[in-house]
Amino acid sequence: MSVSLSGQLINLLAALLLLIAFAMLSQRRVLSLINLFAWQGVVLTISTLVVAMSTQQQHLYYSAALTLVLKVIILPWILHRLIRKLNVKWDVETLINIPTTMLVGIMLVIFAFNLALPITQLAGTITRSTLGIAIAIVLLSFLMMLTRRKAIPQVIGFLAMENGLFFAATSATYGMPLVVELGIALDVLVGMFILGIFFFQIRETFDSLDLRHMEKLKDE
Amino acid sequence: MTLLPIDIAGGVVVYWLVLGMFSLLLIGSPKHITQLIFPAGALGALVLAGTGLVALGQTPNVAVLPLGLPDLPFHLRLDALSAFFLMLLGAAGFAISLYSAGYFRHMEARALALLALQYHFFLASMALVLLANDAYLFMVAWESMALSSYFLVTTDHKVPEIRKAGYLYLLIAHVGAISILLAFGVMQGGHGIAAYTFDAMRTAHLTPFWASITFSLALFGFGAKAGLLPVHVWLPEAHPAAPSPVSAMMSGIMLKTAIYGLLRITFDFLGGEIWWWGVLALTLGLITALFGVMFAAVQTDMKRLLAYSSIENIGILLVGIGLAILFHANGKESLAALALTATLYHALNHAFFKSLLFLGTGSVLHATGERNLGRLGGLIRRMPWVAALVLVGTLAIAGLPPLNGFVSEWLLLQAFLLTPDLPQPYLNMLIPVATAAIALAAALAAYVMVKFYGIVFLGQPRDEKLNEAHDAGWWERLGLAWLALGCILLGLFPVQVILQLDHVTQALIGDTLGMSAAKTGWLFLTPIAPERASYSPLFFLLAILVVLLITFLAVRRFYHGRLRRGPAWDCGFPEQTPRMQDSAEGFGQPIRQIFEPFFLIEREVPSPFDREPRYHGRSEDKLWYGLYLPIAKAADKLSAWISILQHGRIHLYLMYSFVTLLLMLVLVRWS
Repeated sequence: MSVSLSGQLINLLAALLLLIAFAMLSQRRVLSLINLFAWQGVVLTISTLVVAMSTQQQHLYYSAALTLVLKVIILPWILHRLIRKLNVKWDVETLINIPTTMLVGIMLVIFAFNLALPITQLAGTITRSTLGIAIAIVLLSFLMMLTRRKAIPQVIGFLAMENGLFFAATSATYGMPLVVELGIALDVLVGMFILGIFFFQIRETFDSLDLRHMEKLKDE
Repeated sequence: MTLLPIDIAGGVVVYWLVLGMFSLLLIGSPKHITQLIFPAGALGALVLAGTGLVALGQTPNVAVLPLGLPDLPFHLRLDALSAFFLMLLGAAGFAISLYSAGYFRHMEARALALLALQYHFFLASMALVLLANDAYLFMVAWESMALSSYFLVTTDHKVPEIRKAGYLYLLIAHVGAISILLAFGVMQGGHGIAAYTFDAMRTAHLTPFWASITFSLALFGFGAKAGLLPVHVWLPEAHPAAPSPVSAMMSGIMLKTAIYGLLRITFDFLGGEIWWWGVLALTLGLITALFGVMFAAVQTDMKRLLAYSSIENIGILLVGIGLAILFHANGKESLAALALTATLYHALNHAFFKSLLFLGTGSVLHATGERNLGRLGGLIRRMPWVAALVLVGTLAIAGLPPLNGFVSEWLLLQAFLLTPDLPQPYLNMLIPVATAAIALAAALAAYVMVKFYGIVFLGQPRDEKLNEAHDAGWWERLGLAWLALGCILLGLFPVQVILQLDHVTQALIGDTLGMSAAKTGWLFLTPIAPERASYSPLFFLLAILVVLLITFLAVRRFYHGRLRRGPAWDCGFPEQTPRMQDSAEGFGQPIRQIFEPFFLIEREVPSPFDREPRYHGRSEDKLWYGLYLPIAKAADKLSAWISILQHGRIHLYLMYSFVTLLLMLVLVRWS
């Protein structure tokens, strides 16, 4: 694959990722949110593969496979099962209304691009222009965690943030060492399980997954 | 491959660690823990003491272990200073371990196994502190020393007061450790991780400003461990809370590791070249010594009394260090060597007699279950062994010739008497005051010891149950006897001891005392010149013996056969009870009167019409109310402010991290 073509492809995929991040931010339904998260995983897998092919970095193939298995198949499946079991297909409630959130999101993207500017000028990787997008995805996912009231969207925001970090790593330095990536993948998986158990416990205790109820837990 | 002293010392550390682990396996048979593990540990201590003695005269050994941080492996070094303190650790640790073999025999199995584990870890970490040759290993050993001793202090953790004492100890230990860490940080000076080795610190050249900062941090940090004013408050709480062998080890050995650290940093790393450091150490030491002895005089709990006496002795050691710095900075090396020798000698002496006394209180505690001086008395008849051996320690700590306490205090006073040669004019005027103060402290220490021994062992038993008191077992006697023997030998052969100490002073200051001290033969100790002052303990002993013999013979000759037994001094009051003896409060009362402004006194005097009159008096530390409680209140207030941040709303918490992240990114980008 020629360098210019793969460069174009990666830029396209990065744009797609950003688009999906915005879509997640504006999404009102939990089910679609999970599907969007799975799509983000798909795009991430493809972009990692493209980078791997154009740079001949062996370990990136493994990373791509890991992403595919974990973020496209296992995690969405667990999330789907969770909402079926908890019977929570309701609409997503937000703290701030969605247009405002989008506006804040745009500001964050501008901030992220500005932040990445000196690094992109210095970097020599073919993926350098995508670093700003990666940072933007991290910040947007964080914003999603901030503005959602229920527990499951927050967890999806957390997972999406990890996607952004992964993308940042591939685009800035052709990925982290495989050991680190394996470790993070395992962390995400275990974290997911623990959060799943927490959901059941929270619902048992408060009869709802609304996190406002947890305000009582503070020290008086 | 030849076996270097450092290999043996390292081997003993590992051996202790293994022994500690092993005692956990013996949890089912407590008898084996006391009869096997502790004596085996004692053997290790003896080997360590021998190694230290051998290594004193050798060139420094170094070793690098394949452990530690990736770029900073553990460095070990055994030089004269380490060797001296290792010898101290081994010699005192040997006796304490022997004693422990008997002392802990009635303990419950689980608690005993844990105690044996912590005990040997404590020993091993103290040895490692002395061997460490980089800041990282030093701090690791220092902290494990603090932690293992914390667990030892809180052996009886079901008693709330003991938990409280342990907490206070841990808190101050950590404040001190932070200060030490900062001192190392200043010396490292941002020169990469390799600059954390002590070798790099030895060659680092600090500006006088930064060197002074380092010294102040080290003085505070090590002072917190040693019990220097005003960070002494943990000592009188933790020592009585701990089991007696642990108190002995903490007071006799652990406090000395702080002295070691201070000497290491001041002389080995910083060169001890700024004269006002000496004044600072001297002043703090004097205040500490006087404070300690004053409070010791008014205590009614025998272990608290000894704890305050430890504070006093630490003060004396610091005075010695201060003088050594003062002389060294003024280029008077032979006098610096004299002051330093006195300090080291006193450290060694204190390890022996303070351990002896603490172990003695342990035996009394075991036999009577009583720590309060007001309920003891007359034990010399019930516990002749303990009484005789403790008497040696009492005389030694009181500074009476021909025992060891006299030698070091005498050397220190000699150093004081020579200070008028200093170039700083004000110091020459102040030093005589300091000399008087140190003499006062020494005299008061003797007073305190008369009180301690007199109330506990002499007179009539103040309580019925004291008549059932039993003497200590053989293991205990062995431990006590070793320490008493040490006190006697260190007192009788000062010249030989000083010749060994010369290796240390040679390494630290570059001058020695031994040459002039031994000038007139090994029999006489002459620190400066024969015409100024010299001392021969053997002649002293001989004179004492001759006087005793003559008195004995004279009494026999002139009064024998004319003995008449009558009621002893009944003051016209026919009925006498043990309650009519002088009490601990009564004995300390003059001191309390004289130094009243220093105490916070709380007293209840019964009315003359009270049917059951009871006297209750407490003398408390003003610093506790004036310094510590305000700090604690301020910390409480601060944490109340910080708890405003805690809303219980996850979104707000996320917001905190989000805003922090953004701010940091902004800082990275536009700075």
